[in-house]
Amino acid sequence: MFAYYVQLGLRSLRRNPALTALMVMAIGFGVAASMITWSVFRAVSGDPIPDKSTQLFIPQIDGWGPQQNLKGEPPDALNYADAMALMHAHRAVRQTLLYPVRLSVLPEGNRSLPVAARGYAVYGDFFPMFEVPFLYGGGWNAADDESRGAVVVLGAEFNRKLFGDVDSVGREITLGGHLYRIVGVTRQWNPTPRFFDLFSSSGFADAMDFYLPFTRALDLQIASAGSNSCRGKLDLTGWDSWLQGNCVWVTPWVELGSSADVARYRRFLEDYAADQQRAGRFGWAPNVRLRNVAQWLDYQRVVPQESRISLMVSLGFFVICLINTTGLLLAKFMRRAGEIGVRRSLGASRREIYAQYLIEAAMVGLAGGVLGLVFTVLGVSGVGVLFRPQIARLAHVDMSLVGLTMAVAILATLAAAFYPAWRAAQVQPAWQLKSN
Amino acid sequence: MLKMTHLSKVYRTEVVETYALRDFNIDVKEGEFVAVTGPSGSGKTTFLTIAGLLETFSGGEYHLDGIEVSNLNDNARSKIRNEKIGFIFQAFNLIPDLNVFDNIEVPLRYRGMKAAERKQRIMDSLERVGLASRAKHYPAELSGGQQQRVAIARALAGSPRLLLADEPTGNLDTQMARSVLELLEDIHREGATIVMVTHDPELAARAQRNVHIIDGQVVDLSEDPRFHTVHAVDEAHG
Repeated sequence: MFAYYVQLGLRSLRRNPALTALMVMAIGFGVAASMITWSVFRAVSGDPIPDKSTQLFIPQIDGWGPQQNLKGEPPDALNYADAMALMHAHRAVRQTLLYPVRLSVLPEGNRSLPVAARGYAVYGDFFPMFEVPFLYGGGWNAADDESRGAVVVLGAEFNRKLFGDVDSVGREITLGGHLYRIVGVTRQWNPTPRFFDLFSSSGFADAMDFYLPFTRALDLQIASAGSNSCRGKLDLTGWDSWLQGNCVWVTPWVELGSSADVARYRRFLEDYAADQQRAGRFGWAPNVRLRNVAQWLDYQRVVPQESRISLMVSLGFFVICLINTTGLLLAKFMRRAGEIGVRRSLGASRREIYAQYLIEAAMVGLAGGVLGLVFTVLGVSGVGVLFRPQIARLAHVDMSLVGLTMAVAILATLAAAFYPAWRAAQVQPAWQLKSN
Repeated sequence: MLKMTHLSKVYRTEVVETYALRDFNIDVKEGEFVAVTGPSGSGKTTFLTIAGLLETFSGGEYHLDGIEVSNLNDNARSKIRNEKIGFIFQAFNLIPDLNVFDNIEVPLRYRGMKAAERKQRIMDSLERVGLASRAKHYPAELSGGQQQRVAIARALAGSPRLLLADEPTGNLDTQMARSVLELLEDIHREGATIVMVTHDPELAARAQRNVHIIDGQVVDLSEDPRFHTVHAVDEAHG
């Protein structure tokens, strides 16, 4: 019967092309508006590292106290002393500290012009922890961290910019006036949002150019190119006083394998804070946090407000389109009450009438979905009108969005058709035939 | 074939109850051709729609082909309607968007019949009503008499046990009415049970038996001398 209902649906839709076009356009516009804003929303709200987001944690320690902390919450980064204490304790499967740096780069020793580049100072564990994919070579090891090795990993784009599409592993570049040996080149890698550094970035910045050892960056006194936040007296007379001050600027991450590990690490953080209290460094009770990636993104409210609002507005618009579609379908179906009466008298059950009209509605949804897909593709390419460029460029059309557009269009139209189809199925054949 | 016992049909509103049928009794045997007559508003069409399971009734019993139908759900009623009953309406009630072939196909589709069998039955029934050459025509392209013949072909295609006709010639001129009636008589001679509602005494006179309805009840016309000249009511079934 399905093919028969499809045939009847096509015939019915052709019978009144203006009404059909109106419904298809309502669905098309509604679903496109929703899908365009959804494409942005999913880009900014997705899980940036789905395989490990429940194993990666950011420890927070309140080194500021109840008078100066963030409404009871510890600061979003650590000061140098606390960060190094966590690293030296080595209580996690993997762990890293990181901060952003900006250096000039001389690709071929001193024979070329310097290029400004942005990167991160990290520990070697950074690469396996965050599943950084490599095009050539790999990261560095703990020995390089320990020895403050002059090694560097380049981003794919930066490698192409400096050397073209070649394997540059083993070559040397000058970063901030010092020579570094290239040990790896990553593939295109820029998790969105950039969960691991929300302290210094909005989460939607361009991919980084390079990664160098945290220990070497400290050794060379390379200052943070990111945010820092300070409490108490500031002594900026030298590198050592900066390190010993109460400014937070280092982001720590740890990888923990099991819930028992998480509990143990949380206890370790509390014990550490309690030790600091006993030592007189903290004049307050331990106040620590250990959030995984999802909790951290949620806490940081990474999803831009305009993305949420535009999604809600477009969904509201879609609902209005669907209500209109319901009205149009109701009018269309009830105009055929006489035909329904005839079909019922010839043996159609209510269920069969219901199925016939739902399938007709599904065909409207299908056509609306195709139109919506065209509008979605056009809309996604022009989404920069509504959003900041760094957000807008994240929106893209892929197979999942195509599938979702079609599914939403059809299912939403079916939902809109439930009542009209039900009314059609309730037509009393006797009344219709008597009135004829 | 069709037996209604003490059947009633009440239309209720908040302020009034209207009996369309009251203590209604009728027994139509297999192979009979029964004409149901009565003045406007007497309940003829209500009887027909209840007989065709298009409407429920308020009380009493109704056995159709041996099945008590009062407690059947919509699916079961639809199935019986599809398999056992053929309808012929005064207004033909062809679906205007479907051509003759597709109109006749409708009840066969609901029966889940295979395409080849559907086609065979449709062409057979069109041959029978003399419209085989009009299979691809749309209702609007046919005369009233031809449309009614298509409606009859549609009713016959499913080989129903019972044909219910509601003023089948009401919208036709005399010549077309006569040819439609002759067609019904042919169908009856071949063994079909026909119940026909009509205002037309001439038409009623062609049936085997007349049942007269007044105020929702079957009236025995044999006791009313005014009707003896029109037709004698079958005493056995009165």
